[in-house]
Amino acid sequence: MSITGKRFAAAVVGLGMVTLSACGSSGSASGSGGDSRTVTLVSHDSWAASKSVVSAFERESGYKVKVLKDGDAGQAVNKAILTKDNPQGDVFFGVDNTLLSRALDNGLFQPYEAKGLDQVEAGFQLDKDKHRVTPIDYGDICVNYDKKYFADHKLTPPASFDDLTKPAYKNLLVTENASTSSPGLGFLLGTAAEYGATGWPDYWKKLEANGVKVVDGWEQAYDQEFSGSAGGRKAGGDRPLVVSYASSPPAEVVYAQPRPKTAPTGVATGTCFRQIEFAGVLSNARNTKGAKAFVDFLIGRTFQEDMPLNMFVYPVVQGAKVPAEFTEYGPAATDPETMAPDLIAANRDQWVKSWTSLVLK
Amino acid sequence: MSEAAETAPGARGSAARLGLMALPVAFFAVFFAYPVAAIVARGLHVDGTWRFGRLADVLAQPDIRHVLWFTTWQALASTALTLLVALPGAYVFARLDFPGKDVLRAVVTVPFVLPTVVVGTAFLALVGRGGLLDDLWGLRLDTTVWAILLAHVFFNYAVVVRTVGGLWAQLDPRQEEAARMLGASRLAAWRRVTLPALGPAVAAAALMVFLFTFTSFGVVQILGGPTFSTLEVEIYRQTSEIFDLSTAAVLTLLQFAAVGAILVLHAWTVRRRESALRLVDASLTARRPRGAAQWALLGAVLATVAVLLVLPLAVLVQRSLDAPRFAYYRALAHDDGGTFLVAPIDAIGNSLRYAAVATVIAVLIGSLAAAALARRDAGRLVRAFDALLMLPLGVSAVTVGFGFLITLDRPPLDLRGSWILVPLAQALVGAPFVVRTMLPVLRAVDERLREAAAVLGASPWRVWREVDLPIVRRALLVAAGFAFAVSLGEFGATVFIARPDNPTLPVAVARLLGRPGDLNYGQAMALSTILMVVCAVALLVLERLRTDRTGEF
Repeated sequence: MSITGKRFAAAVVGLGMVTLSACGSSGSASGSGGDSRTVTLVSHDSWAASKSVVSAFERESGYKVKVLKDGDAGQAVNKAILTKDNPQGDVFFGVDNTLLSRALDNGLFQPYEAKGLDQVEAGFQLDKDKHRVTPIDYGDICVNYDKKYFADHKLTPPASFDDLTKPAYKNLLVTENASTSSPGLGFLLGTAAEYGATGWPDYWKKLEANGVKVVDGWEQAYDQEFSGSAGGRKAGGDRPLVVSYASSPPAEVVYAQPRPKTAPTGVATGTCFRQIEFAGVLSNARNTKGAKAFVDFLIGRTFQEDMPLNMFVYPVVQGAKVPAEFTEYGPAATDPETMAPDLIAANRDQWVKSWTSLVLK
Repeated sequence: MSEAAETAPGARGSAARLGLMALPVAFFAVFFAYPVAAIVARGLHVDGTWRFGRLADVLAQPDIRHVLWFTTWQALASTALTLLVALPGAYVFARLDFPGKDVLRAVVTVPFVLPTVVVGTAFLALVGRGGLLDDLWGLRLDTTVWAILLAHVFFNYAVVVRTVGGLWAQLDPRQEEAARMLGASRLAAWRRVTLPALGPAVAAAALMVFLFTFTSFGVVQILGGPTFSTLEVEIYRQTSEIFDLSTAAVLTLLQFAAVGAILVLHAWTVRRRESALRLVDASLTARRPRGAAQWALLGAVLATVAVLLVLPLAVLVQRSLDAPRFAYYRALAHDDGGTFLVAPIDAIGNSLRYAAVATVIAVLIGSLAAAALARRDAGRLVRAFDALLMLPLGVSAVTVGFGFLITLDRPPLDLRGSWILVPLAQALVGAPFVVRTMLPVLRAVDERLREAAAVLGASPWRVWREVDLPIVRRALLVAAGFAFAVSLGEFGATVFIARPDNPTLPVAVARLLGRPGDLNYGQAMALSTILMVVCAVALLVLERLRTDRTGEF
């Protein structure tokens, strides 16, 4: 008994030592990017870039890139604001136009006019005067439709917000909770842009009368309820219309084996809301030089052309090649809805609250 | 700490207790109390003044009161239902011998480690459109509160089976037999002998199930739909979406108050029931089923497990195989250059490493705390600490994540961005399990054994090693298995912490599910299946560790 006891105790002590030594090594290896040869990127969970592209930046600039993923887009921004005085990194990527005012009003970023900004379309530059943020990518939140369903039922897919309230499309649409889901919020803002601050509640009443279903997140809507996606087909989804992204149809092609000739889903191009993502140099960054170099890299052609198939977004730099998959399988949104960030900031909480009591209660 | 105790023989008892308590107290203070207090203070302490008025403002909102009410009653109902369904299971796993028992015991723990977003999907195959119930009786439970309650049973079945069953297996059946010999009916014998002995373990299991369901997030959202909202969801919204830290702080305090009330209730019911028990080796108590009643019970438990636990898991496996030549599994090995900077399959290694470190921390902290708490001379302060140790289970992961951010940010504890934060957060959730699993067993150790050893000149360390350890080794391994499973499946705290890009299995699954396309969906299912297998195998291995040491009691 005592032998096994000793062996056991030794094992526990040994494991404890491993833990302690692990703690020790991490302590020295971490540090919040104080090293001037390292540039630390803080981003949301969706950040993705090809390894080769990041290594090329490291080689050319001499900086080592460290990436910290900090939750979903909302959390990443809020946490960055919370740690403004002692930031976790040097450069932040992933604040979009729905959160931009919050970030700017809280003084999250320091001004920097990125090299190559003249190549970025003026329409994306929402902080033109002060250059606290640099636009990096954009995407559109749009209603997607299941091509097979509409072909089988000899029905024209909807094209506009108005169409969605027509009896022909009764009980077909599923969307996300605007208070917890980013596409859900985008769709609500799209309707607010289309029908105005006073008109959108009436539109949603009609949408509700027409049987719109609201689920909590994009995963449930797209992979569970939508009949046109790979996941939805397996789960027996029965809603042929879903609020998703304009880039979802290309993704359905890229991530299928073998690749189908055409995308199984399409985009209702008149139901889109534009989302623009920005990056900026954090206010109290330790490695400001490195952060600036990284922002330059983000709007450089190499990154801009690598980005679409990694994050399923579109490049903002003029002349950056969009992958063939995007042009072939996903039509660009025609004249998407947009809204000024300060207007969003002033209204979003109130709108989401009204929307919740209107649609969910 | 043993040396300290030995060099001061006069104050041996209290010095030993202090020594045992020091590490858990420090751990709890630095990695839980301080971060949570800091984030609450950030919300309520604005521009140099405390805004306690916010408390009344927030509580005055009918929406918030409704959320609090719903959160509480669904947790109570879920706990009751879980006990009802799982206690027969605990008996069957503890007392009956049947082929495949070890494997099945590992299988019922699998739901516990799966990310809710995956389980939600699988569970819909049972209660949703075209699900089993729909096929059989045209019954659909999704978007009803029943789906939430059943899913909570699914998740927490193992908590009851492992916590209660662990003790039940070691109860000496001869006591109950003696009562029957003396003329008590089977029911009376069970009620008068076995039930009181099991009381503390049942209460501990109920407490953990309550805390888990009280802070339920994913299950409520996915199965109940957005019309149901819990405190946890509200805290997440206020912190992550609306960025109203003062409302979030009030809600966190509310959560504290509710959880605190339950902890007090638990401490009060348990204290009067604990007594020294006759514990025997678990392998001696299990028998092959005898008589119609036992066979029927075994059949009923197996049928419940098959429908409620195995079926949803089977759906995941089936979907992961739904492509020719294991295409989804093969895709996992590829670095697609994007979603992951490394191939998804590497998440297995990350998960195992994190879970191993988290288990070591949780077992170390938890067993030290349990050893201190089990002492008969434990004072009121120590018992209060017992309740405090449970708090991390009842507090929002978002709160802890944000708290870490603003407190562990300067030397000597500049841990932000370090990988160690992940296992530390996971250990916070795992340690309460270790305490709860070990404490009933430690307290059941006959104090006279310890006294006898002490009289014969053994140091406290030696008493623990020679008397307590052999008896609690089984509980320790069960606890380690639990802590391991908890950290393997931990999702909340992990995603709320900024971390370098080495995703754990649940994080990788969530990331795959977050993108459109067949390959992503299929890989998510394949990776979930791998997570299940890894969990089941790890638990089986841990349980095997004890079998080569049977006959020590």
